[in-house]
Amino acid sequence: MAKIKLSEDKINKIKEICSAFGNKPSEVINVLHKVQGEFGYLPAELQDLIAQEMKVSAAHVYGIVTFYSFFTMTPKGEHPISVCMGTACYVRGAEKVLDEFKRELKIGVGETTPDGKFSLNCLRCVGACGLAPVVLIGEKVYGRLTPDGVKDIINEYR
Amino acid sequence: MEMINIIIDNKPVQAEKGKTILKIAREIGIDIPTLCYYELDGVNLENRPGGCRVCVVEIEGRRNLAPACATEATEGMNIKTHSLRVVNARRTVVELILSDHPADCLVCSKSGKCELQSLAQRLGIREIPYQGAQSTYRKDMSPAIIRDIDKCIMCRRCETVCNVWQTVGALSAINRGFEAVVATAYEQDLVKSPCTYCGQCIAACPVGALSEVDQTRQVITAISDPTKTVIVQTAPAVRVALGEEFGMEPGTIVTGKMAAVLRTIGFDYVFDTDFAADLTIMEEGTELLQRISKFMAGDKTVKLPILTSCCPGWVNFFEYNYPDMLDVPSTAKSPMQMFGAVAKNYWAEKLGIKREDMVVVSIMPCVAKKFECQRDEFKVDSNPDVDFALTTRELAELVRQFNIDFNAIEEQDFDQPLGESTGASVIFGATGGVIEAATRTAYELFTGKKLDKVDFTELRGLEGIRSATVDFDGTPINIGIAHGLANARQLLDQVREGKTNFHAIEVMACPGGCIGGAGQPFHHGNFDIIRKRHEAIYREDAGKPIRKSHENPFIQALYKDWLGEPCGELSHHLLHTHYFDKSKHIEIEG
Amino acid sequence: MHLLVCGGTGCNASKSQEIAETLKSNLKDKGLENEVQVILTGCFGFCEKGPIVKIMPDNTFYTEVKPEDAADIVEEHVIKGRKVTRLLYTDPENKQHVADSKHMGFYKKQLRIALRNCGFIDPQNIEEYVGADGYTALAKCLGEMTPEQVINEIKLSGLRGRGGGGFPTGLKWEIAAKHEADQKYVVCNADEGDPGAFMDRSILEGDPHSVLEAMTINGYAIKATKGLIYIRAEYPLAINRLLTAIGQAREYGLLGKDILGSGFDFDIELRYGAGAFVCGEETALIHSMEGNRGEPTFKPPFPAESGYNNKPTNVNNVETYANIPIIINKGAEWFSKIGTEKSKGTKVFALAGQINNVGLIEVPMGITLREIIYEIGGGIKGGRDFKAAQTGGPSGGCLTTKHLDTPIDYDNLVAAGSMMGSGGMVVMDDTSCMVAIAKFYLEFTVEESCGKCTPCRVGNKRLYEILEKITKGNGTMEDLDTLRNLGRVIKDTALCGLGQTSPNPVISTIENFYDEYVEHIKDKKCRAGVCKSLMQYIIDPVQCVGCTACARNCPVNAIQGEKKMPHFIDKELCIKCGACIEKCKFNAISIQ
Repeated sequence: MAKIKLSEDKINKIKEICSAFGNKPSEVINVLHKVQGEFGYLPAELQDLIAQEMKVSAAHVYGIVTFYSFFTMTPKGEHPISVCMGTACYVRGAEKVLDEFKRELKIGVGETTPDGKFSLNCLRCVGACGLAPVVLIGEKVYGRLTPDGVKDIINEYR
Repeated sequence: MEMINIIIDNKPVQAEKGKTILKIAREIGIDIPTLCYYELDGVNLENRPGGCRVCVVEIEGRRNLAPACATEATEGMNIKTHSLRVVNARRTVVELILSDHPADCLVCSKSGKCELQSLAQRLGIREIPYQGAQSTYRKDMSPAIIRDIDKCIMCRRCETVCNVWQTVGALSAINRGFEAVVATAYEQDLVKSPCTYCGQCIAACPVGALSEVDQTRQVITAISDPTKTVIVQTAPAVRVALGEEFGMEPGTIVTGKMAAVLRTIGFDYVFDTDFAADLTIMEEGTELLQRISKFMAGDKTVKLPILTSCCPGWVNFFEYNYPDMLDVPSTAKSPMQMFGAVAKNYWAEKLGIKREDMVVVSIMPCVAKKFECQRDEFKVDSNPDVDFALTTRELAELVRQFNIDFNAIEEQDFDQPLGESTGASVIFGATGGVIEAATRTAYELFTGKKLDKVDFTELRGLEGIRSATVDFDGTPINIGIAHGLANARQLLDQVREGKTNFHAIEVMACPGGCIGGAGQPFHHGNFDIIRKRHEAIYREDAGKPIRKSHENPFIQALYKDWLGEPCGELSHHLLHTHYFDKSKHIEIEG
Repeated sequence: MHLLVCGGTGCNASKSQEIAETLKSNLKDKGLENEVQVILTGCFGFCEKGPIVKIMPDNTFYTEVKPEDAADIVEEHVIKGRKVTRLLYTDPENKQHVADSKHMGFYKKQLRIALRNCGFIDPQNIEEYVGADGYTALAKCLGEMTPEQVINEIKLSGLRGRGGGGFPTGLKWEIAAKHEADQKYVVCNADEGDPGAFMDRSILEGDPHSVLEAMTINGYAIKATKGLIYIRAEYPLAINRLLTAIGQAREYGLLGKDILGSGFDFDIELRYGAGAFVCGEETALIHSMEGNRGEPTFKPPFPAESGYNNKPTNVNNVETYANIPIIINKGAEWFSKIGTEKSKGTKVFALAGQINNVGLIEVPMGITLREIIYEIGGGIKGGRDFKAAQTGGPSGGCLTTKHLDTPIDYDNLVAAGSMMGSGGMVVMDDTSCMVAIAKFYLEFTVEESCGKCTPCRVGNKRLYEILEKITKGNGTMEDLDTLRNLGRVIKDTALCGLGQTSPNPVISTIENFYDEYVEHIKDKKCRAGVCKSLMQYIIDPVQCVGCTACARNCPVNAIQGEKKMPHFIDKELCIKCGACIEKCKFNAISIQ
């Protein structure tokens, strides 16, 4: 018997979400959206519980989580940084801006700083091409960014 | 049947409407190569993702090449299976697969039997024009199955058998793009997954990404050790398949040759699991009758139906998935484990040696047996009743390693007393066989009358779920049979909901039962091979002088000599087992 | 008087919400809150100069407005009737202020059909949509037309799918209508994932009701009672506005049971995409909606026969739907007069890249690239030369100077080695390296490939690796043959549209910019200066005074030289970090 330990709150919340979607296997993606919205990320234990509740295998849930880039198994930083790598941003120098973030934060794409403050990700087109290159920190949009401006922006959150 | 007219390679063909180009082409002798496509037509199992793109053909008027496996032919289609465009595309596709595949064929478990290897040979590929990143993953060693998914080519066959045929759900495609691969949840080891070790993933895998743990070396070491008495037992299904490894027709019965090679290899005693199968019938049949009698007498504590417990994949499956029903299956150990218990207790005592000095090797059509023999409950002071379980394929390897000419070797008999068996034990190798063998004995024990017609054909066949009612002299006994764990799940769910009136259910995990076991020679999706083995099993049964387990004189002697009576105290101690809850439990922290 | 403030994503990011609030409070201070309405609209399209505030009815078009400009707009324009000239758009040609949007080059050649309401109405208010003839098409269909007549009208209009392939919409509906089933589905594909395209998002944010109305019409035409919108979870604003719109439509009896008393039932739900470009492919989209990995499956069966939950399903994208109500209202004949022979109507493009007027534009089919770039787009940034325009995103290819006067429609784009795609149009000048652009798109495809079929999973990876090799200066001429052959095979054998088009950026750039590839391979040179590995840092011995600043700051000690003597850079050691250039006070270091 393999045991998975989770707090009572988490168990109840996840069971509630799953039953709100009728515990139907076809609703797994919707459940994952909700659960990630609630807890920020989807560690293995949560996936195990979701699998049980939704009557699918854990491998199936994991197959879905690893297919869609929106789902993550690592907690995001307090200030998630997303650099737009859409074409418009790319031709206006987004890669250099991304490199500067990597250098300044000493982390790679998909990683979180050891203090948990920042995480770095790429995304494809936020639809603000007029402001290219664009970076999102949390919900806030920074447009027409140059590598020189990166440090100042990070300092706003430090 | 509606017919259509098409042209394949300039040849006009009349074909059945609704058939794929691949099937029509094969019927007229055009062998379009495939790789991901896998079909077991006898059990309606099909893997047809259309992903490998090896079977592409050119269809006049279409912009792109089409996969023959997934494209239905339609009236007037003009198909080319080897135009320059097709040949170039097919070759390029295979080169691409090879460019992300380790080139360690020399030491690969599938070498010589690898579908990718033979495809590369067939297409004349001498070098791989693409260099680049290669996928690398941790090798996963479980007690029975090795996953070396660097070799995975994403054909998805294992995923399909694991999820569709078995509903085990240990595997899924994960990640995407170049990183996509078939793996377990969180890429953990198989031992942490709900894997039952049925091994059908190995049987399906066209390459060496999945293979069984090889124990031939340990066996050779044991044979070479003069202080060890090494005895071997062979499962019923092995004798109808082993010949295939040496070029014989599928369905050739090689029982005598098998006994001869085992003796040549150097086993001290060549015994037969069939003997233990007869013993299993005595125990399981008695248990069945006891339960039925109690049930009929109104005892509410008795659980019916009784479920067979010979198949280790099936046992693992219900331990994971039906922890609430652990008291339903028969407590009888599998024939292999019964044999081990008899060998290491009764036979060791007879020989006057300690159990530590006896090594019991089994030759099995099965991969899960490797896991079963390592279960803690089958060990005494960490010494297992069965030390090594080799597959049919591993035995063939040993035969080759020992320079034995299998075709030429003279047939020999098993040693006695643990080598004598009945027709009833032979049919353990096919789906429905265990329950038919049990019926032959139970009928006589229940009714006290002699059974004239031992062939219960109503219990035979290859349909996934079967049921029949057998007349026990006025008492109808309802029997269910399933092979494939998806089918078993269907029956089990009905049992759990109290919707069935079965007295007994037989379950085998593999297609066709043990004859289609994952340790058998690879059939590469040719179900006719399984059909021929199936037919051979019943031929072997029909040819046996004794066909009811309780009439086996050596079994009778064993009870008289040592065990006392079926389901008696010593039996209970040595020949029966219990089951464990292996499901995942979510618990509150703290 | 109305003050329209752009609430599109770009302008929103530049505080347009705050501008609207400030305008409102300024008006309130002046007691004008009941006379003058401030409306937060959808995207105006002219993102380059956002945030935009437009004053109606005189069409005054204020650009780059800041919250602090609100007081002036109210004081000067609203009260005194004088335009705030400093906020007016300046024509880059004659440097004159342009008083209203009708005279702006950006709008002159545009024809707004799908975007007809974007920037004109409050997307959160169903009454404004109704006021702009909204839901009259639905009423017409339910009241006056049979489903067959609706389908026929769409067929006659010549509308083709705006999501990529350009399949005739009416025909698609007809096929779905023919398949009988107890339940059918209408699906709106709003999983816009093409990097550099945001037209669907703008429509959903600016005019959500037009999509709901069209889907309902679609449902009536094919006898489906359920609609699903598959939308990217990364589009929170669009999701919110859709949810608001669906709620309002239900309230008004325009969704739900017995719509407008016709006896026809139809309702719409949202399904969320989770970041997989391949889910734009309709079979993948359906599998994703069913809760699985979004892997495409082989067609046939087409969704029209067996789609969502194995039921007949019609899938169209957002822009296609946005065209439907107006076609019903104005008639197929009106619509079919716009555009070219085989491509009717208009197309929305997201114009981006090295162009003066970045934004969202809608143009009639058949317009030339020259008109788009030089008239609507206002020319290339900094007056540089046009080099290429990439359309169709990762599935498309490049149009070059030789295509400037080709009328743009589905078939001409395919003939030019590109495709319409969803409508990204990225303009490039000589600062873009075409090998690097091909690599950029391939990197995207490699990341977004589902991994199911060999050519896409492994083939695209190999294409990418070869391109990387070339941009690093290690390419050979044989690599070009390999790229072409492999590209052709991938196109020929991949399972779905994503793989079948993924080599286009490579094939098209080799076709059109062969010399640039050869330069990278033979001369080890990147003329655009993009490929880092091919750049060389050189110290001009004449300019160098030997101050040693560069040598001291070089992280790998690649710079040598005596004090007060000219220094030189060891090319083998140099990692091209650029630290030396930053430190040199004498402009002695250059990149070649």
